[in-house]
Amino acid sequence: MPNVLVFAEARGGELRKVAFEAVTAARQLADQSGGEVHAMLVGPSGIGAKASQLAEFGADVVAVSEHAAFADYAPESTAALVADRVKGGDYRVVIFSASAQGKDLAPRTAAKLHSAIATDVTSFALTGDALVVTHPGYTGKVLHTLTLVGSPALFSVRPGAVATKRTMGAGRVESVAPSLDPSSARVRTTATILGDTRKLDLGEAPIIISGGRGLKAAENFALVEALAAAFGNAAVGATRAVTDEGWRPHSDQIGQTGRLVSPDLYIAVGISGAIQHLAGMRTSKCIVAINKDKEAPIFKVADYGIVGDVFDVVPALTAAVKQAKQSPH
Amino acid sequence: MKIAVCIKRVPEMDVNFKISPSGTTVDETGLRWDMSDFDGYAVEAALQLTEKAGAGEVHVISLGPDVVQETLRKALSMGVARAVHLKCDRVPFDGFAIAAALAAELKDGGYDLIMFGKMSIDGASGVVQFGVAELLGMPVVHACSKLEITGGTGSARREIEGGGELVSFSLPAIVSIDEGIARPRYPSLKGIMSAKKKPLDIKPAQLGAVRLTVDKVELPPPRAAGRIIGEGAAAVPELVQLLQNVAKVL
Repeated sequence: MPNVLVFAEARGGELRKVAFEAVTAARQLADQSGGEVHAMLVGPSGIGAKASQLAEFGADVVAVSEHAAFADYAPESTAALVADRVKGGDYRVVIFSASAQGKDLAPRTAAKLHSAIATDVTSFALTGDALVVTHPGYTGKVLHTLTLVGSPALFSVRPGAVATKRTMGAGRVESVAPSLDPSSARVRTTATILGDTRKLDLGEAPIIISGGRGLKAAENFALVEALAAAFGNAAVGATRAVTDEGWRPHSDQIGQTGRLVSPDLYIAVGISGAIQHLAGMRTSKCIVAINKDKEAPIFKVADYGIVGDVFDVVPALTAAVKQAKQSPH
Repeated sequence: MKIAVCIKRVPEMDVNFKISPSGTTVDETGLRWDMSDFDGYAVEAALQLTEKAGAGEVHVISLGPDVVQETLRKALSMGVARAVHLKCDRVPFDGFAIAAALAAELKDGGYDLIMFGKMSIDGASGVVQFGVAELLGMPVVHACSKLEITGGTGSARREIEGGGELVSFSLPAIVSIDEGIARPRYPSLKGIMSAKKKPLDIKPAQLGAVRLTVDKVELPPPRAAGRIIGEGAAAVPELVQLLQNVAKVL
């Protein structure tokens, strides 16, 4: 039976949430095809200790490759490693996360294999011989149903599109040597700079509080930060107008040319709702908008809206959320 | 320094799209078109690199039907020296099929740098640059938000979740460009006039095999209409109650 290979992304010696999502996706496909799930775990010395975590989400085999140079993302040698594994095995499908790393690694590997690739997919199915996926395009306004021709076929799955599910896999561990010396690569990551690692990433936070031009000045993002802190499990985002002003870094921008997010709760603070911004957050499960202009387009997509001055409403909401957290209903 | 930038003509996104009767493409009636956002950043970044170096020139390539020449002319009016139109009836969805045609054109160009937007804003796949890199045997750096070239090496920053990666690479190389690097300049009147006289070569596109087919395109289900629950801080208690009991996110 053909198997499913999945690349399990790690950073800083820890598996990322997207890794468990990708392994869950692989388990779903392997159950359809009757094959095994083989996971690849690449990192610095000691990463192999995380293999058992992948087995808990359904990995039957975990192929571990440790090398000092894998402390940072090594694009060329990692792609060579995955491509060699694919060539040496009986794999029908290879799954990656459509994370910043996976958006590089998946097409890089596909190019080496001359295989079909679909990126950033939100659903997938193996029906008979056909691998069919859904790929959002046109800033999320159009959904493509795509067939990947030939075997093996590769795809990357959008973060958050798969709900992780625990299913015990056999979890046999194999050790794999890098096939291409990471230190001789033409493209080398010389440093990985992480911001405040206590902060939740926009792609992983269940709640996002975003600020727009209605906040009037960079320092007023303190209001948004305070509301995020009251929730505890929230990240802070921004509109392009705000990042263009330099009030927040470009990496915080949610929208057509920024991050695409779909948290459980999205609170838009002082955001008018330009098309550019809506493209990045319209798939959020619950949207709340706070804006002084009742005609603002953001209210057209918001589940709940409050018309009012953000400088009055947001502190009141922060206080109410704090109180709700302290006295669970 | 000789730089090629691969650009795509895409529809403006500020509309409600319709599906064509075939069900496999977007209805193009009435759409306005422009250079894809990230490709615009790439053209600007390329122009700035040659301006800073005080030497070299930028070429642009676009693949598709005759209308892509409008997009190529826009790049010429921004300051690009030469354009190549790789002619085909339709742009295939499969980025690797496109990559074969681009690689055939680029391989003997003697470029130090070949640049792309990190993805097109319509297809949103972000794979073409990797296909070209593989076919040309060149290193590729994806999604650069900063880029510097010094002598025969490049350095770049890539945005990752919660931070960034600093990358160094050897030239010649392929780089794809993310937001934040440079806002594209507006063509000057002088630029627009001179663009009309700049060379624009037309060649047939030698597309590669298609391994990714579009079975169907559709519009996502619309969001259910929401409601404005009230005005000012007085509406906060009801919002909190809804978040707790209906949305169940608090």
